[in-house]
Amino acid sequence: MAQKAYLGVDVGSVSTNLVLLNEQGEVLEKLYLRTRGEPIAVIQEGMRMLASAASGMEIAGVGTTGSGRRLAAVILGADCVKNEITAHAVASARVVPDVRTVIEIGGQDSKIIILRDGAVLDFAMNTVCAAGTGSFLDQQAARLGVPIERFGELALMSTTPVRIAGRCAVFAESDMIHKQQMGHRIEDIVAGLCEALVRNYLNNVGKGKDIRPPVVFQGGVAANAGMRAAFEKALGTPVAVPEHYNVMGAIGAALLAAEEMERRGAPSHFRGFQALDMDYSATSFECKGCPNLCEVVNIKMGHEVIARWGSRCGRWDSF
Amino acid sequence: MKITFAHMGNLYITVKALLEDLGAEVVVPPMPSKRTLSIGSRHSPEFACLPLKVNIGNYIEAMELGADTIAMAGGVGPCRFGLYGEVQREILKALGYEFEMIIIEPPQGRLRHVLRQLGRLVGRNPVGKYVRAARLAWAKMTAVDELEKVVQRVRPFEGRRGAATAALASALKLVDEASSIVQVKRALEDGREMLLSVRAPEGDAPDPPRIGIVGEVYVVLEPFVNFDVERRLGEMGVLVERSIYIGDWVREHLFKDLFRLRKGRRPYDLAKPYLCHFVGGHGVETVGHTVEYARQKFDGVIQLAPFTCMPEIVAQDVLPAVSRDLGIPVMTLVFDEHSSDAGVLTRLEAFVDLVERSCRRRAAKGARG
Repeated sequence: MAQKAYLGVDVGSVSTNLVLLNEQGEVLEKLYLRTRGEPIAVIQEGMRMLASAASGMEIAGVGTTGSGRRLAAVILGADCVKNEITAHAVASARVVPDVRTVIEIGGQDSKIIILRDGAVLDFAMNTVCAAGTGSFLDQQAARLGVPIERFGELALMSTTPVRIAGRCAVFAESDMIHKQQMGHRIEDIVAGLCEALVRNYLNNVGKGKDIRPPVVFQGGVAANAGMRAAFEKALGTPVAVPEHYNVMGAIGAALLAAEEMERRGAPSHFRGFQALDMDYSATSFECKGCPNLCEVVNIKMGHEVIARWGSRCGRWDSF
Repeated sequence: MKITFAHMGNLYITVKALLEDLGAEVVVPPMPSKRTLSIGSRHSPEFACLPLKVNIGNYIEAMELGADTIAMAGGVGPCRFGLYGEVQREILKALGYEFEMIIIEPPQGRLRHVLRQLGRLVGRNPVGKYVRAARLAWAKMTAVDELEKVVQRVRPFEGRRGAATAALASALKLVDEASSIVQVKRALEDGREMLLSVRAPEGDAPDPPRIGIVGEVYVVLEPFVNFDVERRLGEMGVLVERSIYIGDWVREHLFKDLFRLRKGRRPYDLAKPYLCHFVGGHGVETVGHTVEYARQKFDGVIQLAPFTCMPEIVAQDVLPAVSRDLGIPVMTLVFDEHSSDAGVLTRLEAFVDLVERSCRRRAAKGARG
């Protein structure tokens, strides 16, 4: 009998991640791809890359998450569509069973999840500000001429981090420029930036939250050793970065799909790898039915409309 | 004279009944839409809260339909709402609109004040006519509140998604069209029937999670600005209750000093260990109702607030202590003209997951012991 595998897909603003888990929940394959504003093409590309690894396996369940979870769900034929907060929490609780705090910083958003005994007790997500997320770090690394991969390493070399104003990404940048002009060393500025972003995170997203160890740090930014060190310094506790830190959302989606399949006891809705070579397209139109002028999106497979959303009143939802 | 007023949920049904019964010609503004919000935001101060912006949009859209007189509630106390009538008058004047604005201030103790202010709107009327109009308006308001409560109890169990919302719209229309108290009563009964008939034939799902909604009155009552939070939660299978209905707001806003309702009210007593000062708006009520929902063993509370709302910011800072002490999950959602559908939905889904998991655990514990 073919080995069973569960597929998890996390379509985010910056990256699209895919994982295959075995029945024990272990990672068989993982992919971290840039979304580049083309979610459909990236999902297709990722699935093509997974197809050979998955040959001889039965895809027993598919879960999607992230801001593009609904889109991914119709393209793949998902069994379970979950928000990214729940997905991240489920994945951390599996990897570090006694985890009590999850810090997740991705491309454009950051969240904190408080767990007790494996269940989510409280959470928060950044609302009006993206300072401190991956996109901002990318931009600053580019401006300083430091490859993003070396950013963390450089921060760790600092002896006297400088204090950077971290409330707003734009002001943080002006302040960094000022500190450079004052003659501070680049490693001290980079380390200072990490500390400022951590301060900003704890004062905004983490405000009023009961942060207790064990603390897990995940999401793309967890690759940055400087950020991890800054969190450890600010919290006064070790911060664990899981092995698959950058695909935890996808792992959570796959685990949730496995859970769902167990509950349902019916076969997966997965369209199959070959279906992914179909021509998928998204078109949109403005509904003139009322002054809301909703932008309604059609998702087509070939010439057939397979999903439609975007209207506030729901009049276009059935087709 | 064609009178208009700002929307707040289904308040229009009551206000329209009152004014029309007193012989006034009424222009109900179009229901708030993205157009309303973009017109309102364009002409409002950036850091004013959302109610002011949507109000301005309502007035402009109503004046496009021929309204020339605006009725607006006033207010006293630390919440900026009391100032909004005056600010809105100045904004609209500066834009070149010609209109009269009548601001109805909460009476400082005398019924005569209310009547005099109403008289400015609708002309002189014998007292008996006021009484009749007020009774009809009051009956409609009570009916609307009742239907909104029924829809909350029915929605998680509807057989077809959206059926409860559609039934509510038809029921509200019946109430709106009723022209006597007897007709209102019949509309309420028919409406209740329509709502109860949307339940799935296979019967109710056992023991759905219960979530209480608290916060600033405008964003709680106006589904357009809160992204239909009640409907969305209901369609996710949650039983929703909210801390305030239009009737409560009218009673409090117009009559609190008349009937001395403020002192000794329950939410104030319940909030006391956490917040013992009046902080304006509904800050204290938000805290008090959260305590009440926790005591009634609700599974979670969601606080709704307009961005920059001072009373709700005070309450928000107090709520983590309530949540910790009483073991009830609390989430805050803040709305302004930049809020996005996707962001609200993600947070709601995550909160419902959180609440459901703790529900399931409690059920398992109960079964075991």
